[in-house]
Amino acid sequence: MSSAQSEVLGAIRRGVSLYSYQEEFFLRTMSLEDCIAHVSSIGATGVEVIPEQSLVGYPDITDAQVEQWHGWMSRYGTTTSATDLFLDTKRVAGRWLTHDEQVASFRADIDLAVRLGAPVIRAIINTPPEVMRDAAPYARDAGVRLLLEVHAPFHYEHPWILEHLEVMHAEGGVALGLMPDMGTFVERFPRVVSDRAIRDGARKDLVDYIVKLYDDHGDTHALMDIVHYRGGGPVEMGLARQATHFIYRDPEELLPHMPLIGHIQAKFYEMVDDSSEYSIPYDRIVPVLEKGGFNGFLSSEYEGNRHIQDAFPVDSREQVRRQHAMFSALLGETDDHTRTA
Amino acid sequence: MFDKYIVVEDSLRASDPEHRNLAVDVRMPYYRGLGLSMVEGVDLVVDGTPVPPTATTFTVHGRTYDMTDLPGVLDDRWEMGEPAEIGFTLDRPLTSGPHEVTASVRLRISYMPVPGGGRDTKTLVLA
Repeated sequence: MSSAQSEVLGAIRRGVSLYSYQEEFFLRTMSLEDCIAHVSSIGATGVEVIPEQSLVGYPDITDAQVEQWHGWMSRYGTTTSATDLFLDTKRVAGRWLTHDEQVASFRADIDLAVRLGAPVIRAIINTPPEVMRDAAPYARDAGVRLLLEVHAPFHYEHPWILEHLEVMHAEGGVALGLMPDMGTFVERFPRVVSDRAIRDGARKDLVDYIVKLYDDHGDTHALMDIVHYRGGGPVEMGLARQATHFIYRDPEELLPHMPLIGHIQAKFYEMVDDSSEYSIPYDRIVPVLEKGGFNGFLSSEYEGNRHIQDAFPVDSREQVRRQHAMFSALLGETDDHTRTA
Repeated sequence: MFDKYIVVEDSLRASDPEHRNLAVDVRMPYYRGLGLSMVEGVDLVVDGTPVPPTATTFTVHGRTYDMTDLPGVLDDRWEMGEPAEIGFTLDRPLTSGPHEVTASVRLRISYMPVPGGGRDTKTLVLA
């Protein structure tokens, strides 16, 4: 079905964050237009963009760049699903940005989102709640919504998120909301990460210990200490730190927050085939989103490249295509655009 | 995350016949561009000898800065994947042939509690 029909029916729409193609975009083997064309080629209709990654000259984006962007959206049958903003609190050496400067930074990014046609904006996790609060009226007037990313190791009962939820509820959830990152549902330790540690010389016994503790959903709070007690070096410590930055929560925890959820970052590390991600149980996540009435974009965020690039060729397009083959099946789409040509 | 791509292959060159004024291209190990004020420095080590930051320059899209001035630059940016030319001057000439070049990129990333950046070492051949 077309994206317009999906909107009418309130169905979940498929999208891709251009973050997914970072390996190829960094190395200039894919242009910005190539990235957008790929999104379209797999039947996805939403393009999420990090302006600071994709648009040369940020924050001074020219009208010609914006016009070119809209030309691509039109040519490839896509829309801007979201822009992702950063808050460089340490931009000036030796001091922190003031509150007013932080709000001004948000306003500039809101203006850019509007120019690019994005309905929602990813607010980075380090944003203080009071900055969200004071940027909200400007976002409301601009007709866009600021969505705080909920990124591992944060979760929906975390003190930092609870502070944000208080601000969002006080605002009414009109211009503020949440953008869950599916990295909070890492059920099984990503093997691309542990395999990389082995290639980097990590001790097999310590890698096995870390992976098993994680997979058993054990208490990882003191994992770095334990690995240190067992004589682990920098590589093993790095892996232990990563284990404390992945989390697994029950996807049903999203349900009470559905009115605030405007967009999903569908993080993934390794699509093993067209139907499953190694670590994240999308077959249980998508039904929760449907049950909650979510009708925004499920936006791919491939992050496996950095873990395999030392030893294997990175093929972000194939990884994104596989994730969309899985989404297409889970969403019950009948006309499948995701098969390889 | 992009450490292995920091030092650009085949990018070591000299701008004088004596091989004392040299340059190498370096990319930032990060998934977005960053304002230059957040680039704390790019430290070079050539054949095991550190090059003093005061002897290096940083050039992106045709604009050249003294390396030590970067923290004060609030109106320019190092784009994602953009090769920056690091110019450097040595006391002694660098011979033609292979040299081991290490570049450490130090970044101040606001959401990270620890210093950002990365390091890469490659053997580059000076013509």
